[in-house]
Amino acid sequence: MSHSSVDVVVVGAGAAGMSGAVALAELGLHVVLLDEQGSPGGQIYRGITLAPLSRRDMLGPDYAHGNELAQALASSSVRYERGAAVWQVTREHEVSYLREGRLHTLQAKAVLLATGAMERPFPIPGWTLPGVMSAGAAQILLKSSGLAPSEPVVLAGCGPLLYLLGWQYLRAGVPIKALVDTTRPDDYWRARRHLFAALRAWPYLRKGLELMRSLRSARIAHFTGAEQLAVEGDGAARALTFTVAGKAERIATRCVLLHQGVVPNIQFSQSLRARHHWDVDQLCFSPVVDSWGELDVAGVFVAGDGAGIGGAQAAAVQGQLAALGIAVRLEKLSDAQRAFRAEALHARLASNLRIRPFLDALYQPKEANRIPADDVMVCRCEEVTAGELRGFVALGCTGPNQAKSFGRCGMGPCQGRMCGLTVTEVIAKARGVSASEVGYYRIRPPIKPITLGELAGD
Amino acid sequence: MRTDPLFQPVMSEARSTRTVSLTFNEQPLQVPAGSSVAAALLMSGIQRFRATPVSEAPRAPYCMMGVCFECLVEIDGVPNRQSCLIEVGEGMRIRSQEGARDLMFQPATVQSVEVLS
Amino acid sequence: MSQDTHSVTQSDVIVIGGGLVGTAVAYGLARSGADTRVLDQGDNAFRASRGNFGLVWVQGKGHDLPDYSRWTRSSAVRWSGFAEALMADSGVDVQLKQPGGFHMCFSDEELRERQSRLQTLQDALGDYPFQMLDAAELKARLPLIGPAVVGGSYTPQDGHVNPLKLLRALHTSAQARGARFHSGVQVDRIDCAPGEFRVRVGQRQFVAPRVVLAAGLGNPGLARQVGLHAPVAPNRGQVLISERVKPFLDYPTINVRQTDEGTVQLGDSMEEVGFDDGTSTQVLAAIARRGVSTFPLLRDVRLIRAWGALRVMSPDGFPIYQQSPTHPGAFVVTCHSGVTLAAAHALRIAPWIMGGAMPDELGVFAGDRFLTDKVFSHAH
Repeated sequence: MSHSSVDVVVVGAGAAGMSGAVALAELGLHVVLLDEQGSPGGQIYRGITLAPLSRRDMLGPDYAHGNELAQALASSSVRYERGAAVWQVTREHEVSYLREGRLHTLQAKAVLLATGAMERPFPIPGWTLPGVMSAGAAQILLKSSGLAPSEPVVLAGCGPLLYLLGWQYLRAGVPIKALVDTTRPDDYWRARRHLFAALRAWPYLRKGLELMRSLRSARIAHFTGAEQLAVEGDGAARALTFTVAGKAERIATRCVLLHQGVVPNIQFSQSLRARHHWDVDQLCFSPVVDSWGELDVAGVFVAGDGAGIGGAQAAAVQGQLAALGIAVRLEKLSDAQRAFRAEALHARLASNLRIRPFLDALYQPKEANRIPADDVMVCRCEEVTAGELRGFVALGCTGPNQAKSFGRCGMGPCQGRMCGLTVTEVIAKARGVSASEVGYYRIRPPIKPITLGELAGD
Repeated sequence: MRTDPLFQPVMSEARSTRTVSLTFNEQPLQVPAGSSVAAALLMSGIQRFRATPVSEAPRAPYCMMGVCFECLVEIDGVPNRQSCLIEVGEGMRIRSQEGARDLMFQPATVQSVEVLS
Repeated sequence: MSQDTHSVTQSDVIVIGGGLVGTAVAYGLARSGADTRVLDQGDNAFRASRGNFGLVWVQGKGHDLPDYSRWTRSSAVRWSGFAEALMADSGVDVQLKQPGGFHMCFSDEELRERQSRLQTLQDALGDYPFQMLDAAELKARLPLIGPAVVGGSYTPQDGHVNPLKLLRALHTSAQARGARFHSGVQVDRIDCAPGEFRVRVGQRQFVAPRVVLAAGLGNPGLARQVGLHAPVAPNRGQVLISERVKPFLDYPTINVRQTDEGTVQLGDSMEEVGFDDGTSTQVLAAIARRGVSTFPLLRDVRLIRAWGALRVMSPDGFPIYQQSPTHPGAFVVTCHSGVTLAAAHALRIAPWIMGGAMPDELGVFAGDRFLTDKVFSHAH
């Protein structure tokens, strides 16, 4: 295992990571940026440096913008290590990663976690069947490989990413069989109290409206208020069934793309035992950070969607704010200098986040799609159903860690990424308490799998 | 057993000229250089990547970003690799992951147990 | 479960602690017909029960205190009947396997020391079957053993179990037999009056003529309140768990075992780090190295999770079992081998708590033995 010392380690080369790393380097700090993918961009800007121009055009201007960040990274002094899977970050700022079959540890003075978001689980009957993927997965196939569904595809759920994907498919000439939207008329009514703020974020709102208009004028079958979603199939997806206003619908398809929002990826921040809070609007756990993104673990910062969902533009600004926070901690800047530089950034961040309350209210995932019926699989790795989980609560389990030890849910290779939120909410509802009180899984290293031989050091 | 691919290259894109030869469960495939193993398999008509160790249920990629651990396959003799995080290589021998890995025996061939669709 | 504030709940026994020790005792009590209440902390308690290795292990224990070996063996021989009873009462199969176990040695000196230890036990107890094996003999029994292992010891008495299924089986069985559990509660105080213990939890009170302290690292403070001395302290062990592997190892070994789910578990360490149940890369690497030295084929197996767990360790490493001399009816039951001793706790400790004769071996385990200037070591 190799050891070396640096000023700052940045984990994740997405919007926040690239932006933060570049800003730190510009402040004269020795920065190492680690990312497990083969090229920068995270998920929103996935494959940005490798995408042919035609693909960038198809994916839209927001995606193409990622190229500026990637170029800034390339011309900076940041030491960027691709294909580096970080498996541990300690409270003492040691960052351990696996690269090309060997383990390395960096001793940093500060760490910036920019590991972004992941798709919220969508536990419905049949969601584990081959042919069912997240909308984000389909976007990755589009961005990294220029691949799209070969047969008319069904998009189901809600949220901007789902509609964006639909719009990107339209531009690429990919036929969409149906958009099965779980959004209901009363969601618009509920979101109305944020409408003023949304109007102040007019560029975002206009983009969204244009997108929706394109989808509508393409005459895609659009079902709204969809409930009781289920994937039918025996060994592979065959159809999506659902109801609208009580009427049963069935759409034959081999490819179902599900989406109901993204949530912060909290594996690292949880493994550090940092304080997290349950966000009642976004219905997920986020790490508690100060205005520079610092956790209650000294010297560890979070920027981007990993601190709370805000999108790519906000993530880039947060990366810069975290860089300022770290610079003061490492005595490269005074408080006054930081305050001066931060003013414009804080304003930009506020402006980028203005649309969020509206979106969070409008596209809040439905309870039935978060807290499923007894026979639905909650833990995909260990194949534990919601009903089994409720049985553990009846036995006296008060939280996810006891439930994990009783029934193995959360113990598989994904270590709770796909089931954590569902388990917390199922337990909370069964006990009649808040998700905040129930808490989350205890997350432990390795955050990414390493072999015993690699750990042993041979 | 291959089915009609669920994914295919978008029409508007020029076809990549560089391809790579590899095998999946002994079947030869030609796939674009630079794709992930998972993407390459999906576009080649592979719909079932593995059988779960718990119940042998069929599984395929779900998230394509290294979070779900559903895309596990055996690559060049190493089991349980996340195929969405690995780039295709010339001559790669890929096999479906049939349940838990086996320390004692390396199967000479794996009979493909694809579900007929 | 009643959530009334200011409620007073009467029962025959109160067990403080719902881990492996507390629930095993509660199960035994409930089976005997005692109206039993178990008070358990919440989801984030330290829970040695969730961090341990799952061995039902006799080999080598008590070489410096024969009664501990006798006590341990008395549990091991009752374990299969105990597992059957749990299956009948809960429907949970705890996956007990007692094929015997191996202790690997990596040098001739280790081998000699091992032999000496086991011989001492045989001399003291008479009936103590064991075998010393050289590298070739070991390889005949465990084909995947690596060349770094020079030999080892085997006893037929050893085995392993799924400790998490055991905890669940105990919870279920105890409740099936009538014990009532209160989860997510923290004991504030125990008030004592002749023949009555009043356990205060917030505004609620649990009252019984008998109380059992089985609260692990919470025992020292509770013990003081009932005239007992139970100076247990945390001792950390780190554990690695791998991805699932098809069955390759039929026997448990002291540092490597394959669970019934196919995952490979590797341990262990003994560290004095206070209440820190985290992990350290150095120790994890050392455990991995020893595991790979023992079974080289594990080299390419993936680590899925590593954790630290806090053993409930007394100064000399042996259990503490005592009825309070000043407050009869109050008992402390604590040890760091809650899996191995689960059968004895249910089948021999529980009757003693309800007024039966104290098992012979227990005399040496009173907590009072620590009320002295002597310096103890729990390294064995």
